[in-house]
Amino acid sequence: MPIPGAIYGLFSDPSSAERGMDALSRAGIRPDRIVVMSAEPFDEYSFSKMDEATPMPWLAAIGGIVGGTCGFLLARLTQEGYPFPLITGGMPLLAAWPTGIVTYELTMLGAVLTTVVTLLITTRLPNWKPKLYDPEVANGKILIGVLEPSDATRTEIEGRLLAAGAEQVKTTVGDVAS
Amino acid sequence: MTAKTPEQITNDLLRPLSGISARYVFWAALLAGIAVAALCAFLYQVYSGLGVSGLRSPVFWGFYITNFVFWIGLSHAGTLISAILRLANATWRRPVTRCAEVITVFALSIGATFPIIHLGRPWLAFFLFPYPSERGLWPNIRSPLLWDFFAINTYLISSVTFLLLPMVPDFALVRDRAAGWKKKIYSALALGWTGTPKQWHRLETAMHIMAIAVIPVAVSVHSIVSWDFAMAPVPMWHSTIFAPYFVAGAIFSGIAALILAMALLRKLLHLEEYLLPIHFENLGKLLLVMSLLWFYFVFAERLTTWYGNEPSEMAVFWVTQHGSYAPLFWAMVSCNFLIPFPLLAIKKLRTITGTAIASFTVVIGMWLERFLIIVPSLSHKYLPYRWGTYRPTWVEITITAGTFCTMVLLYMIFSKIVPVISVWELKAGRHEEPHALRLARQPDQVEAD
Repeated sequence: MPIPGAIYGLFSDPSSAERGMDALSRAGIRPDRIVVMSAEPFDEYSFSKMDEATPMPWLAAIGGIVGGTCGFLLARLTQEGYPFPLITGGMPLLAAWPTGIVTYELTMLGAVLTTVVTLLITTRLPNWKPKLYDPEVANGKILIGVLEPSDATRTEIEGRLLAAGAEQVKTTVGDVAS
Repeated sequence: MTAKTPEQITNDLLRPLSGISARYVFWAALLAGIAVAALCAFLYQVYSGLGVSGLRSPVFWGFYITNFVFWIGLSHAGTLISAILRLANATWRRPVTRCAEVITVFALSIGATFPIIHLGRPWLAFFLFPYPSERGLWPNIRSPLLWDFFAINTYLISSVTFLLLPMVPDFALVRDRAAGWKKKIYSALALGWTGTPKQWHRLETAMHIMAIAVIPVAVSVHSIVSWDFAMAPVPMWHSTIFAPYFVAGAIFSGIAALILAMALLRKLLHLEEYLLPIHFENLGKLLLVMSLLWFYFVFAERLTTWYGNEPSEMAVFWVTQHGSYAPLFWAMVSCNFLIPFPLLAIKKLRTITGTAIASFTVVIGMWLERFLIIVPSLSHKYLPYRWGTYRPTWVEITITAGTFCTMVLLYMIFSKIVPVISVWELKAGRHEEPHALRLARQPDQVEAD
């Protein structure tokens, strides 16, 4: 399967990375074509403001409701749905307080598991063969690049990234950096 | 000292992962040897039956349940404290959180094995699981032991994910610097993490949600452990104060364990520039608050019992105050309050050494507290003709010693596989709060500036 090429710059500090990002935006590159990578979050910089919106809290709440319902049903069915009638000597068959405890614990478990699953799905992890990556990111460099640039724009993008302060500009053909 | 660059931070924190010294091998072998001895003692107990332990009528809960409560309590070091500090956005937490979260996972895993060890016939542990079956057994949802099953497993799963998720970016860091088989392993563990803004946002959102969820879970876990006792009409157990008393005690022992672990890591892994005096100072203050709170709970519990003057409760009360358990009781008070209080309250004594000594005594004191909650009540329950004594045998002592060694061994192994300080979190804090970090390192210089 052909892997799309990319052109990217490696920046040593977040301010120049921000300039690189602005330069790409001004060049009319679509935001979904711009890729940013760093070894730490830079929440206070504009290049980190991509893809902030997430339904994760709502999904966690729904997961909690589902978990709690499962907990309630488990506690209730375990007490009431046993294969033979249980003689309790007039005591209530369904113990409300303990059922509440089981329901509560599974509510929390549902919320936590949904959060983890949402995280993995929305970030597309695991993905052991990413389209673009440079190990220099681990050394503190910030990668700002464009996926699948047209041949006509490659030179312009390279110039803009260098002008913004990129230490290096690399292009990839397939998954090999050149 | 100048502020470290991101590369220096990465190098410093990944350094412990490379190379194993002879001293490390010696200690690991020693601890593993004791852990193996504990395993042999357990197998001997399985082969011979629970009679080789000191558990006799009327004391059927001894060292094993003491250890269970102790380790579950100690597990509150991590995830709970880390979650609170995350939500409070305490910037000084960054080098501390992972050290803490690891304690939770290991302590909880060790604690959860004790009910199985205590069963005598551990292969029947699945009888505890709550599902309708053809065994003819009624999974009693009203039993606090069954609540333990849900609470401990929920807390364990939450804590493991709370620990693992922020480790993924650090695995990616190690992946990019490793070679050979190590690179393959860390590549698998990193899940293909690249560090896009989307990944960072989702990770931080997930950690925030989990921090919110894990705090009530942690509180519920130790409340439920306390209800293992409080739901029984046993003298000095059947008390409404037990749940908050246990939770406070758990956080107390948890912070102490965290300080001890940090002091050892600082010394052994040469992390003096990351685990700073201010971290011990802040955690020392928290420990002081918890020491006072613990003393308040003990006083309130004892005072209420004394005023009630109920004969069966007073029998347990006096045997701990000046009877056969009095030496342990007063040792507990000394370890949990009399020794740590001055060490933590006086600023000059609240040093790394001072807080570590205080923490060491607190860990001992809290183990004694768990023992004193369980054994005197069972050995002096109601009518005197039913009273008895409890003496642990070598089997229980070996298993207990083995679990402490296992805890340290697991921590040692972990510190060679994963950076014990979260690299990316530390770096992120560096550009968020440069002034606060500089102040932590050089308070006089910064104030003069």
